[in-house]
Amino acid sequence: MTTQPTTTYLNVTHGLASWLLTKDHKRIGLLYLVVVSIAFALGGVFAGLIRLELLTPPGDMVTSDLYNRIFTMHGVAMVFFVLIPAVPAILGNFVLPLQLGAKDVAFPKLNLLSWYIFVIGFIFTAFAMVMGGVDTGWTFYTPYSTTASNSNVMAAGVGVFITGFSSILTGVNFMVTIHRMRAPGLTWFRLPLFVWALYATSLVQILGTPVVAITVLMVAMERGLGLGIFDPTLGGDPVLFQHLFWFYSHPAVYIMILPPMGAISECIACFSRKTVFGYSFVAFSSLSIAVFGFLVWAHHMFVAGISPYSAMVFSFLTFAVAIPSAVKTFNWTATLYRGAIWFKAPMMYVYGFLGLFLIGGLTGLFLASLGTDVHIHDTYFVVAHFHYIMVGGAIMGYLAGLHFWWPKMTGRMYSDGLAKVGAALIFIGFNLTFFPQFILGYMGMPRRYHMYPPEWEMLNVLSTGGAGILGIGYLLAVGALLWSLKYGAVAGDNPWHATGLEWTTQSPPLPENFVETPIVTEPAYNYAHREIKVV
Amino acid sequence: MSEVAAPAHAVGHGHDALHHHAAQQHHFESLDQQHEASTLGMWFFLVQEVMFFGGLFTAYMVYRIWYPEAWAEGSRELDILLGGINTVVLIGSSLTMALAVRSAQVGSNKGAFRWTMLTMILGLTFLVIKFFEYEHKFELNHVPGANFVFEGPHANQVEIFLSLYFAMTGLHALHMIIGFGILAWVAWLAHNERFSREWSTPVEMTGLYWHFVDIVWIFLFPLLYLVDRAGQLG
Amino acid sequence: MQSGISFLPEQASTLAPRVDNLYFFIVAVTAFFALLVTVLVVYFAFKYHTDDPYAVGAPIHGSIPLELFWTAVPFVIAIFIFAWSTNVYFDIVRPPDQAMQVYSVGKRWMWKFQHPSGQREINELHVPVGRPVKVTFTSEDVLHDLFIPAFRVKADAIPGRYSTIWFTATQTGEYHLFCAEYCGTKHAGMIGRVIVMEETAYQAWLDTSQESSLAAQGQALYESLSCQSCHLNDGNGRGPALHGLFGSEVQLANGTTATVDEGYLRESILNSQMRVVAGYNPIMPTFQGLVDEDGMVGLIEYIKSLRTGPSSEGASASLPAEAGEPE
Repeated sequence: MTTQPTTTYLNVTHGLASWLLTKDHKRIGLLYLVVVSIAFALGGVFAGLIRLELLTPPGDMVTSDLYNRIFTMHGVAMVFFVLIPAVPAILGNFVLPLQLGAKDVAFPKLNLLSWYIFVIGFIFTAFAMVMGGVDTGWTFYTPYSTTASNSNVMAAGVGVFITGFSSILTGVNFMVTIHRMRAPGLTWFRLPLFVWALYATSLVQILGTPVVAITVLMVAMERGLGLGIFDPTLGGDPVLFQHLFWFYSHPAVYIMILPPMGAISECIACFSRKTVFGYSFVAFSSLSIAVFGFLVWAHHMFVAGISPYSAMVFSFLTFAVAIPSAVKTFNWTATLYRGAIWFKAPMMYVYGFLGLFLIGGLTGLFLASLGTDVHIHDTYFVVAHFHYIMVGGAIMGYLAGLHFWWPKMTGRMYSDGLAKVGAALIFIGFNLTFFPQFILGYMGMPRRYHMYPPEWEMLNVLSTGGAGILGIGYLLAVGALLWSLKYGAVAGDNPWHATGLEWTTQSPPLPENFVETPIVTEPAYNYAHREIKVV
Repeated sequence: MSEVAAPAHAVGHGHDALHHHAAQQHHFESLDQQHEASTLGMWFFLVQEVMFFGGLFTAYMVYRIWYPEAWAEGSRELDILLGGINTVVLIGSSLTMALAVRSAQVGSNKGAFRWTMLTMILGLTFLVIKFFEYEHKFELNHVPGANFVFEGPHANQVEIFLSLYFAMTGLHALHMIIGFGILAWVAWLAHNERFSREWSTPVEMTGLYWHFVDIVWIFLFPLLYLVDRAGQLG
Repeated sequence: MQSGISFLPEQASTLAPRVDNLYFFIVAVTAFFALLVTVLVVYFAFKYHTDDPYAVGAPIHGSIPLELFWTAVPFVIAIFIFAWSTNVYFDIVRPPDQAMQVYSVGKRWMWKFQHPSGQREINELHVPVGRPVKVTFTSEDVLHDLFIPAFRVKADAIPGRYSTIWFTATQTGEYHLFCAEYCGTKHAGMIGRVIVMEETAYQAWLDTSQESSLAAQGQALYESLSCQSCHLNDGNGRGPALHGLFGSEVQLANGTTATVDEGYLRESILNSQMRVVAGYNPIMPTFQGLVDEDGMVGLIEYIKSLRTGPSSEGASASLPAEAGEPE
């Protein structure tokens, strides 16, 4: 097959309105891709400014107030508008109905509405940024956010609140889609692991996001209407805010990491030509991470005045939630054993993911363990740890998935070599940026510091240099993908020779995905079986 | 393919529009599948609503354990008579809502329209009474914020109580207002004779939502109005 | 202080080596697993590499014994680390009884310290080497966090509550002191020094102060607020007698009990109606606005000094400078 199919979801209708009013899950996925990419670029610029400022010990580039706004806006943009929506809203929207053999998600109009809600939330937040920014940190801790900060907490809070509903509604939509829209024969244990991951994620979105929504709303009401729910001068408790905030925001980490883990499972199976080792263990580890994830929030508060006994319980549960992640990693490793490893660009990203997620996950043990957490809490150790998980893990997984499904989304193939160079640069740049921060953290450098003692300059210089390489890596990866849109070879239906219903239809798919609703008769990743037929 | 009791995962077909109900969306295989999806979606949505209110209930619980006296004091400031009337009004509206669903399910658009309108009237009654309660609080300067005035030994903590009162009842009232809008849409559908024995999903979903909003009030009323009313009325 | 790249902050307290040993153990465990997985995946990539897109991998589906094995092994290791780290943690959060008391208040953007002898300092904390020191602190405005990396201790300062850290410095010198909880514009400037001195030098430093002791300052405030007109020594006043009260357990009007610690005293002065002692009417006015955080620690030190019972009221005028001596 050397030419693009004549009718695809991309060319079936034309014009801006046909995109802005689309109910096609594939187009909506691309709409998210546009907005999330803008947010990622914004957040990336802020990250660059942070690293430039920290190149030298004194605060000599921007004022303290500006610095505080920069790191806050970096966090808000990246957490709420990149990491949370990236894989579920972009890749999930595009791939989920295809993988289920469905024509669309269960509620296509609601899906479009979710995108509009997301955009409105983003506009509020962008408005807060344009009007001078927010300086509370992305965590909006009270009483600073309610009484002391004189920045645009209201607008940013309302933006986050609104965006939360986009996430909730997407969760509801995906849950129902997975329950009710599966093709005939596609039983639960034949589902691709990406679907399991999205299911677990949706659970977290439905149960967690509303809590942070109401909490941020309470902060906004406290600022705007003078309510006094967290006000210590009335006897209110600022620590209660932290409980409510982390009840969501810790599980939110799993919203960020579970879907990329699912994408990684897809890629590993495809490029080692094997079924995922211990399919059901990987599937259930996603669910148990989602469930256990709700029981560990107070590990963000070990030094925030909670009782030592509750700290002990939360420490224990935090160790427990680490186990399913370890199980996943071992299963991925075992999947590679005696595979037929075809090392294409997505696999390169998988390897990057494995390396970074491994470090990110293992350094979590230092923070779960109370004795060491007291010392490294709120230091750069924590910053390094969660960047390894949320950027090293989640963004690498997102890029793996994006490179994996890109030919399906666009019908074009990017340059494998260029994409691999991008992946390598990202991996090297990332480690150079964030590994020194573990050391800085243990040395005692607190996070959110505009300036620092001179003895830490060397490590910060390394970190800033790494950030430069990381930035070039991202630009290269994006460049390779954009280049393919115009110059890339025609991909064909199944360039990776992968299993999965999404590869049985044309690339780019038909507006309604399949000519006929497929009927499933075999388990996922049935490479051995299928290839015998081919050969 | 037969359209009679088609299973949710009926073997696929293209656009076999002959037997499709007008309300069936093209991406579903059957009207049943569409109805099941809507119902499941509504329940998941209600789960998130529970969590949404849950944040406020948690704050309420923590402070009530810390400041029981202030809670009793603050609660006594609320008008138990108006609150009680509203409770009755809202339970009544749940009944009329249930009757609207029933009418639609048996294909009576006229009945569905009437009961929906009655539900709207009861909902409006609730909101009007709530408005007067709020107004009274404003007159007494019992609204948290810069102008808050309260005489009593636990004035500060009573302000927290009243903050939660306004947050919780305000959020509940917002849900009522949204529900009011949805009911208006349902009434319009019923007026246009859109419901039938085969298809009454919007009324059923609205019913689930409306009952949920009522249940929230069933929790709010004792938690806010009846904290310290043992042995007293009014 | 140090220069160049180093991997550990100075170990300047008795807790520091304990935290570091735990740290090194976890480093070893995590490095082992990181290397194990890295070596395996890289080895597999070379060993099973193919360029034939039609090749297939071996039909392996999984192994339940293996799954159980690699669930159980990390779990056992996790339990071990958990037990060890919790043990260290309880030593970090539980100050020894005989610890020397220092008070601190965080406000944007400075740390104020007060020694029981009356010595005050800002952004500097002088302590003697070899003696356990307990810092009790709160915040006047937003959240702060008192962090001394060389001692491996840290705790949030929360408005309306007291937090504590404790340490026994093991070597003299100057160490960083940071605010580790974001608090606004000059968060990064809310830093200072801990100066660990030999005992004699510390005593000499204390003697440079012209201030009267904290307890004496507290007594003056106590008298100027006329607290003694209700809190009579014989227990027959409108409020409970305060002698020997600190550290005891009191029966409350609402049926529960409370241990009289810094937090309870603070609450009773500012929110006097919250936890009233059984047998007394809730008539004490609030002193919010009349007693600031500095005055509060004076009152607390004064009440702490009233240990010996009603008869020795006269003696309390000549208070021991050190409030932290064992009972």
